[in-house]
Amino acid sequence: MVDTATAVRRPPGRTSSGPARPHRRRRRRLGPYLLILPTLVVIGLLLFWPMIQIGVMSRQKVGNRQLAGEPAESVGTENFRQIFGDPLFWQSLRHTVYFAAVAVTLTLFVGTLVGLLLNRLGRRMSTFVAGGVMIAWATPPITAAIIFTWLFGSTGGVVNWFLDSLPDWLVGGNWTDFNWFHRPLTTYTVLTICVVWQSFPFIAVSVLAGLKSVPGELYEAARVDGAGAWRTFWAITVPLLRPIFMVLIVLSIIWDFKVFTQLFVMSGLANRDAFNLSLYAYSEAFGRLNPSLGLGSAVAAVLTLVLLFVTAAYVRVMVRQGETR
Amino acid sequence: MNRSKRRAAVNAAGVLVFAVSVFPVFWMVSTAFKPNDEIFASTPRPLPGHATFQHFDFVLNGGVAGVGFFTYLRNSVVVALATVVVSGLLALLAATAVARFRFRFRTVFLVMLLTVQMVPAEALVIPLFLDLKRADLLNSLPGLTVVYIGFALPFSIWMLRGFVAAVPKELEEAAWIDGAGPVRTFLKVLLPLVAPGLVATSIFSFITAWNEFIFAYTFLGDQDKYTLPIMLQYFFGRTGNDWGPIMAASTLLTLPVIAFFLLVQRRMVAGLTAGAVKG
Repeated sequence: MVDTATAVRRPPGRTSSGPARPHRRRRRRLGPYLLILPTLVVIGLLLFWPMIQIGVMSRQKVGNRQLAGEPAESVGTENFRQIFGDPLFWQSLRHTVYFAAVAVTLTLFVGTLVGLLLNRLGRRMSTFVAGGVMIAWATPPITAAIIFTWLFGSTGGVVNWFLDSLPDWLVGGNWTDFNWFHRPLTTYTVLTICVVWQSFPFIAVSVLAGLKSVPGELYEAARVDGAGAWRTFWAITVPLLRPIFMVLIVLSIIWDFKVFTQLFVMSGLANRDAFNLSLYAYSEAFGRLNPSLGLGSAVAAVLTLVLLFVTAAYVRVMVRQGETR
Repeated sequence: MNRSKRRAAVNAAGVLVFAVSVFPVFWMVSTAFKPNDEIFASTPRPLPGHATFQHFDFVLNGGVAGVGFFTYLRNSVVVALATVVVSGLLALLAATAVARFRFRFRTVFLVMLLTVQMVPAEALVIPLFLDLKRADLLNSLPGLTVVYIGFALPFSIWMLRGFVAAVPKELEEAAWIDGAGPVRTFLKVLLPLVAPGLVATSIFSFITAWNEFIFAYTFLGDQDKYTLPIMLQYFFGRTGNDWGPIMAASTLLTLPVIAFFLLVQRRMVAGLTAGAVKG
């Protein structure tokens, strides 16, 4: 979770009254560097060093013998040749991209609608609905995945019962024993519903914070000029919330691209047909009797590179909006 | 459409959103209290007809592989609290540097924080597994905690920065003039004023550590070291569709987080928007 409200709250052109006061300059010396030193050590050891290791290991053979202490041997680009030649890699990549596209679109659509709704509701009702929405947000991914497996279960699952009770001409019959986790497409349908259910609240709350920051006079003026609700939405709300949407879209892509826990619970390592990139990497690295951390690192390197590209877009938006000032 | 009708339509939509948001969690709790014949009845009922504690009993009294539930609970709490304390302390120092000083590489540092927040744990788990193995910290709660601190830190700094910047500088300057040293100024002026922000940040790190799955699943080997999410996954994987106890265990894992979330809802939103006031 990242604060996005800043993107909206800050009125354009507000000058920073912050750190750079001339008379402070004399005292700066070592102070700030000492303050960030522990952070640099922690982040360097736990985030940067491992990132470098992924790069190194993706060109090495790291298996049981290396885990037992033998030095890793370099294999050049063999690991990459192997994964790029594996149809399962391409299928996992397809799953990852399709899932992210669908889940991000749905999350933003639902989240925005709910944000707009929260803004229109009366105060008490708004607090009540926001409370409910928070519950979806607060549910840990592991329990969300298990709950949705149960909801869509084939014995006693409430979704199959509900679909069965609908008229047959609408949804077809014989849902009672339908197994949602048998095929990738239906597994991903459940996964999408689960992930959207968990992530729309963040979008809704951010959009709501953005809406609250739009000056009321603008809407007043639009009404006086005779603009309807639809027109007002597209001419005022959307342009003003553009910066916040940029951030929300990029964040959602990053989060949905690497979803692991939910798919792991619903489908697992045994079900290779339904892999996405995260699961594929994990399975190559740890999922067999003869683990291959080198191959896993090669997949992880691909995943990290893709996400770094998306992150670059995110950083650019944030820098432009003055977040790093 | 006249006004009251429109009002009613909006409210109805609100109730629908509420229902959809709450239903899965409601169903979890409801299932946890149902006896087995009601759980697998061909026509599910919304509320338990004969509510029972048998599933909770089973989970609490060592039903999960013989290790008492409280062992898992203790592991989770210890790891989460240690993460909160250490990352909170480090974040406060770094946030103060970023919000109060202008120094070379400050922007580089901020961009780095934004970037590392997005590095996928799903990828880093592979090298970190090796690193912990070399450091002899695999299968140990301190080892897990260290990793959590690293992952909670960037966002904590980013969030705290807004709170530190919101404290008027004049207060610190007044303390300086009155002869207080840097440490005293920090403890007596800045810290009390930043405390609400520290609480909000702590909640985020707590939930991050409490919910985390992939590291704990990969690093922890012995059952008595498992945190709650791993206990749940293990239990789920072993029993298949014994939904009563699974939902009871899920409820025990989830409700504290939800209660926490709702209790501090206001402050959370305040935390999200706090970056608005910044230097």
